[in-house]
Amino acid sequence: MEVINIKGTEDTPSVILDKDNGIFEISGRSLPEDVNMFFEPIMDWIDEYAEEPLPVTVFDFKLEYFNTASSKVILDILLKFEEIIESGKEVLVKWHYHEDEEDMLEAGEEYADIVEIPFEYIVLED
Amino acid sequence: MSELKENKGHSFLDFAYQMYKSMKTNEINLVYEGEVTQEITKTFTSLTEKNLAKAEESNMVQRKVFHVMVECLQNISKHADSLEGEVEKRGIVMVSHGNESYNIITGNVIRNDKVPSLKESLEMVNSLDKADLSALYKKQMREGRLSDKGGAGLGLIDIAKKTGNKFTYQFKELNDEVSFFILTSTIKRK
Repeated sequence: MEVINIKGTEDTPSVILDKDNGIFEISGRSLPEDVNMFFEPIMDWIDEYAEEPLPVTVFDFKLEYFNTASSKVILDILLKFEEIIESGKEVLVKWHYHEDEEDMLEAGEEYADIVEIPFEYIVLED
Repeated sequence: MSELKENKGHSFLDFAYQMYKSMKTNEINLVYEGEVTQEITKTFTSLTEKNLAKAEESNMVQRKVFHVMVECLQNISKHADSLEGEVEKRGIVMVSHGNESYNIITGNVIRNDKVPSLKESLEMVNSLDKADLSALYKKQMREGRLSDKGGAGLGLIDIAKKTGNKFTYQFKELNDEVSFFILTSTIKRK
């Protein structure tokens, strides 16, 4: 599969989706004006990946900030992972947050409540 | 003629000075009236972020102010209606602070027919505690669809959840068609 490697800007996140090397990561800030436009190629990639996923997918979320429109898209991504799990493969979400960012930890916990995916919470060091 | 111009000039200088004094007294950090775009949102949030960092606010307060500003400004750029003859999404934005808290005040034109449902949403969000807000947020995320404008209907719930404070708001009817909607979000400094 092709590799997606998007460099972050002040209002869009960095994204690496690399099946061959097993690297899946979204990091930085996500507050684009048009969430659908930014995430469309990412959702398409994940849709295709979900048809033939690795036996174990470890997905890193290292977000500093995301707006509410992005939060909806993140849920859509997680729901896709749920399908992968239902097909018999493993997915682990690593949810990174800064120690003083309680809101970001809470956001991860809220997602973990909604979807049936194992979450691991990791404190980011600066 | 030239005397008149000069007088006008003077009264404008007076106005500018009065405004400066009033901004000082009320500790207003930022005030803006005009078109609200993504560029404006980025500029104001990063400006406020820098000022807060300079003022040595805690990271938590900085992040909450940033968060509320983004949601409020994007609400205007997505939902504001216009006065006759205007096409762009306009509004006012004001950030002020006192010893206890930061206030983020936004104002925009809204069609009268949209007022009752917005009022209802605000009343509901204001009536909920943190656990209820979190439950509502999760429900809305699951059931809601992104609108064409990219809105998820989550902004107000999220602001209330993150600030832990009630909104104050007002609708001032301008004419049969539209009202002016003013919304204040408060973030406590700890």
